[in-house]
Amino acid sequence: MIAPVTHILPLTNIRRARRLPVPGRVLVKVGQKVNTTDIIADAPSNGQHYIVDVRRVLGIPRNEKVDQLIQRKPGERIQKGDVIAETSGMFSRVVRSQADGSVLMVGGGLVLIETQNPPFVLKAGFSGVVSEVLPERGVILETQGVLIQGAWGNNRVDQGVLLSLAHTPGEEFVRTQLDVSMRGAVVLAGYCFQADALQAAAELPLRGLILGSMSADLISLVNKLNFPVISLAGFGHMPIDSDVYKILTTNEKRDTSLNAAVWNPQTGDRPEVIIPLPSVGNVAPETDIFKPGQTVRIQGAPYNEFIGVLVQIKPGLSGLANGVRTPAALVQLENEEQVTIPLANLEVLE
Amino acid sequence: MTTSIVDAESVLVIDLGSINTRAILFDIVDGQYHFISAGVVPSTANAPYRDVSEGIHLAVKKLQETTGRALVDTDGRLVIPCQSDGSGVDRLAVTYSAGPQLRIVTAGLLADVSLESARNLAASVHGKIVDSIGLNDHRRLEVQLDSILQAEPDMIIMAGGTENGAGRSVLKMLELITLVCRMLPQEKRPAVIFAGNRALAKKIKESLEKWTTIQIAPNIRPTIDSEDLGPAQEILAQAVTQIRNAQIGGLQSIGSISSLTPIPTGQAFGRIIRFLSQVYDPARGVLGVDVGSSSTIMAAAVAGKLKLNVFPFGVGSGASQILQGCSIADIVRWLPMHVPDAVVRDYLYQKSLYPAMIPMTSETLSIEQSMARQSIRMAAQNILARWPSMSMSFEPILASGAILSQTASPVQSLLMLLDGLQPVGITSFFLDQNGLIAGLGSVSQINSVLPVQVLESGALLNLGTVISPISQARYGTPILQVRMEYEDGNETRAEVRQGSIVSLPLRAGQNAHIHINPLRRTIINPHGQRGGGSFKITGGVCGAVIDARGRPLILPPDAARRRDLIKKWTIMLGG
Repeated sequence: MIAPVTHILPLTNIRRARRLPVPGRVLVKVGQKVNTTDIIADAPSNGQHYIVDVRRVLGIPRNEKVDQLIQRKPGERIQKGDVIAETSGMFSRVVRSQADGSVLMVGGGLVLIETQNPPFVLKAGFSGVVSEVLPERGVILETQGVLIQGAWGNNRVDQGVLLSLAHTPGEEFVRTQLDVSMRGAVVLAGYCFQADALQAAAELPLRGLILGSMSADLISLVNKLNFPVISLAGFGHMPIDSDVYKILTTNEKRDTSLNAAVWNPQTGDRPEVIIPLPSVGNVAPETDIFKPGQTVRIQGAPYNEFIGVLVQIKPGLSGLANGVRTPAALVQLENEEQVTIPLANLEVLE
Repeated sequence: MTTSIVDAESVLVIDLGSINTRAILFDIVDGQYHFISAGVVPSTANAPYRDVSEGIHLAVKKLQETTGRALVDTDGRLVIPCQSDGSGVDRLAVTYSAGPQLRIVTAGLLADVSLESARNLAASVHGKIVDSIGLNDHRRLEVQLDSILQAEPDMIIMAGGTENGAGRSVLKMLELITLVCRMLPQEKRPAVIFAGNRALAKKIKESLEKWTTIQIAPNIRPTIDSEDLGPAQEILAQAVTQIRNAQIGGLQSIGSISSLTPIPTGQAFGRIIRFLSQVYDPARGVLGVDVGSSSTIMAAAVAGKLKLNVFPFGVGSGASQILQGCSIADIVRWLPMHVPDAVVRDYLYQKSLYPAMIPMTSETLSIEQSMARQSIRMAAQNILARWPSMSMSFEPILASGAILSQTASPVQSLLMLLDGLQPVGITSFFLDQNGLIAGLGSVSQINSVLPVQVLESGALLNLGTVISPISQARYGTPILQVRMEYEDGNETRAEVRQGSIVSLPLRAGQNAHIHINPLRRTIINPHGQRGGGSFKITGGVCGAVIDARGRPLILPPDAARRRDLIKKWTIMLGG
């Protein structure tokens, strides 16, 4: 059976496509080194539009031609105050542009103008090297190092030195754990149920926050924060899984990139923690099928975020404690206990 | 094209869900169509595969293993038609619910006339209305333009003008929509469906076809006081498939070898409900409810007239969307044990991240079943509000969705349906354990015999007949005297009190005559036989049930009492 794969890797080759939503300009070259927040491509974004009704503004009767009074053509750039249309004669009347922009369409006595908006910018998302340019679309970035995929992010990217506040994987993140020495750092903390702790992180501010898990009540607050926040396990009271905790705490003080992307099942974008390392790792597979011997992580109570080894895929349907029958596997947990877990609740860690 | 039984064609249905891919085989056994088997595997529509082909290959392979019938050749291609050695299938049909929620802009004239019909049409697909333009929209043209551009719609549904009625306002709307299409890059231009005044169709097609794909559907509001969504829904389904062909890898490829154009699951679901409403009692109508991962579908049809609604909330990826339409308390109220609100909210959001996750504890199973109850409740209330002349008095009610079939007992399935739908009168409940309903709807277009015979063969699980009387009597007062006469001459008697739910001893498939004597002006069926009487019933896996808990079902405000009552109801039905 097809198995979902989540990457929790102390050293791997990381290769990611960064794409613009619409065609635009790629600003980097093959071989170029980039940092997490570097802008690697941009694309025009829709500005605001306004329509100038020349006939109405100039008071031209319906039976008279008006287009010949318009002095602008589609594609022309104009500045605020530039003349758009003008009547002839000694006492001419004029229509001027209300903003900087460009003329999109002219006809029927109307002029459609698009104001200039800052372009859409695409950030690298992690520190790496451009290995391929996708003309007008984006790039492929590569690096070597730690890769940890999370469950939820607030759609921001940044990088900083990693510091751990979580003395154990199951500790709660509270305001008193923070001090000024953490300003500008990427912080690893446990589960977060207090808005106060997040406000303290914003006051410093941090450059990034990695949480074991968080309360869904905090989503709107986290979405307003200016730095990336990744919840590794998602929502609820869950500890940081043991493998992730080990990898992150042994990489403290290293420069760490957070790409707190919103998990998009269609595109495969996921929140990721990346710590570039000077060693060379192998490329991790993106797909797999369940088989005995695999390291798996469990989703769902009472074994949320437990890690174990898949012992056996059970034939047919297996009964769970609550009476539900489903395809399942026997999993040996880290404490040697063997439990029956639905296949749908397992992720292969690779 | 209709196929007769003489052709005896085997049919393979591929259902491309957001969680699972199913390969379902129907064939003739002893002269009748039967459901043979289904192969179910995780969907590969999403990353990292982003192509449904792998999932289809694995689902068919699984089906081959269980049936022992060769369905693919040595190159892995589906064998169509059936070969002389018995391998392959004659027909292939495809339904799909995978893919992101469609972003739809509706455009019409009056808010409660054509714009409302455009909204109702949009509600028949898994989509979200991201903007709406009408005559009463007083935003400036450029503000409307920016709003639509910002919304990045996949589709614009344009209605307005009764037949040979208003024209100028519709054409003004056309200017805006043309402008939108001209300004967007080609790959971002929305498909347009025009379902308004047919006299304008030619002009609208000419204006838009050089910019985007435009489909003309029959007017959904032919007169000011009549709405006709049916024909437009078929056109809409085709337009959605065109959009999905670009969004879902492999859909176009499987569609090219299919006997029919792939159709959205909701559309197929609606089609079978409409079809059955013509087969069963036309006065009662048929209801179908499908509680899916990303959406909840409710389809009600009376004498061939279908009301179809696809709601953007479900019990998987759409779990957190339930909270857009209700409070957390509305979900918590259905729990038989104490679970803090915050824990339930966290579970909903976590389920949205891991939609395939199966509950492993009684507590999480109860949370999911509460989500299902609330989803069904919201869908039922919405559909009854939209069509006030309709009542929850259908015969039969068909239900599907993993949440309803993956339960500890059939009683849990039945109670979710009763609590959510709150039917009145006498209703039989059937559970689609194998996810066949949408597939049957798709097949009904080429083979009208197959769906009827498959349903008659017992492919759906008969949960039981439920009698839901209406009474204003006080809680605990006797409201019905019931006598059930079995075929062997034995009989059983029961007195039913207001507020109770009673299971009558009737085995699955066993027939009996039930005699009901209503007390204290109790009404058995407000839209049919109001008083008592005798009639034949057939037992389901939950026997026969009298649900005298009242309509609407009012839960006690005291949490402890409410939880005790919910547990008691399950025990009363033997769950």
